[in-house]
Amino acid sequence: MSTHYTRDHEWIRVEGDAALVGISNYAQEQLGDIVFIELPATGKSFKKGDEFAVVESVKAASEVYMPVSGEVIEANAALGDDPASVNSAAETDGWLVRVKLSDAAELEALLDADAYAAYLGTL
Amino acid sequence: MTETDTDQPAEIQEDLETTPLAALHESLGGRMVPFAGYRMPVQFPAGILAEHEQVRTAAGLFDVSHMVQLSLRGPSADATTAAVEAITPAEVAGLKPGRMRYTVFLNDEGGIVDDLIVTRPAQDEAETDRLGLVVNAARRDADLAYLGERLDPSITIELHDDRALLALQGPEAAAVLADHCDGVGDMLFMSAATTTFNGIPCGVSRSGYTGEDGFELSVADSDATAVAGTLLADGRVEPIGLGARDSLRLEAGLCLYGHDLDETTSPVEAGLAFTIGKRRRETGGFPGATRILGELADGARRRRVGIVFDGRAPAREGAALIADGATIGHVTSGGFSPTLQRPIAMGYVASAHAADGTAVAARVRTRELAGRVAPMPFVPTRYYRRPA
Repeated sequence: MSTHYTRDHEWIRVEGDAALVGISNYAQEQLGDIVFIELPATGKSFKKGDEFAVVESVKAASEVYMPVSGEVIEANAALGDDPASVNSAAETDGWLVRVKLSDAAELEALLDADAYAAYLGTL
Repeated sequence: MTETDTDQPAEIQEDLETTPLAALHESLGGRMVPFAGYRMPVQFPAGILAEHEQVRTAAGLFDVSHMVQLSLRGPSADATTAAVEAITPAEVAGLKPGRMRYTVFLNDEGGIVDDLIVTRPAQDEAETDRLGLVVNAARRDADLAYLGERLDPSITIELHDDRALLALQGPEAAAVLADHCDGVGDMLFMSAATTTFNGIPCGVSRSGYTGEDGFELSVADSDATAVAGTLLADGRVEPIGLGARDSLRLEAGLCLYGHDLDETTSPVEAGLAFTIGKRRRETGGFPGATRILGELADGARRRRVGIVFDGRAPAREGAALIADGATIGHVTSGGFSPTLQRPIAMGYVASAHAADGTAVAARVRTRELAGRVAPMPFVPTRYYRRPA
């Protein structure tokens, strides 16, 4: 159950035949206090790199991109009342969507936790 | 993930200026961003929501040293007064020593070149021919060009670039400052005095841009860090960045030049008719008087209004405002109100839609956010008036 990351600061973690997707802890730190998250409808399909959600912090709106191609099978309903849980638990309870992957091989192009940490060190 | 409408990191811009407090901001963990040509803290580690709450409930210290402090001096008090009245709609002749006023520089079309504070120094300064001005940093070049062109040639402009400006804002501000400055507790809102802060020469005014009681302190650059450090050592005070400054002034219904005001906006459209003095309404004599007095009499084509939205999604600057299926205006400032816990905005709408309670929606991405016109300030102001 390893977590993969993008250079745009999304994460994806395969759980069974689906995967959770969210924004990294680094991303939430950069955004600051999150006040609203616009999530996609269940059943919607996205290609790798498509914008699928918008995270609104006090100061800015930020688009979130799909790390891999897939179909949304669940959006995190708890974020409606508590968007700040992305600040407090970006890589656990603050997940954005659960997706069914179209092509698991796409995961191989992503960064693992160590490579992402090294990438953050260059920013 | 990509931020679409925020400032770029300060590192990528090289020719930014710094205020005397830059090192202090960085030592406090301030996240520095470019703002009006300066490297300024957008937030400190507490975050914008906590900083906002701090100012509403206790006290916060802002570095506003990027703002431009200047003095105008003429051959006489009357000459300086007349020179300012020639470029603003303000009643400056009636401005008593030690009092200050919010006003605007106007162009010939009645548009706002900048918004500013004009102060007549307290009498004990024996400087009756001087008026003090504070203008926006982002308008520095435009204002200096405007003054160079418009100001009566007998008036000299003195830029106080060697002075820092600190704002101490919040319900505890007066109690905090009283520990260091004499006489500040009795000062009224929009008054100014010369005093000392623990012996350091200091200009102080009871003013600010948060809707709270508070003060602005003008000190020499070389004293700024000592004054700020002393204030921050008080447990009631925390450092506040630009992010909370913006959310606080939005809740207070206060305009930000370049967003809510520009050279096409008239004071009447902007809801700033209070800047037009009573005598000036009768005699005119300021740039754009024909348009502005006409709008006072007949109403303006568009109006700046406040809008509150349902739900939690913020409508930000640039969002189209919709009524009855038609675009009736745009948001000029908008965000999530930490105090009200809902999205608020200000923007300009066609006057037919400007009445409080009018249904207005904002188009944000693919959605329309339902809202209605609401009176400003969104959050009651707590300026210090004379005790009853």
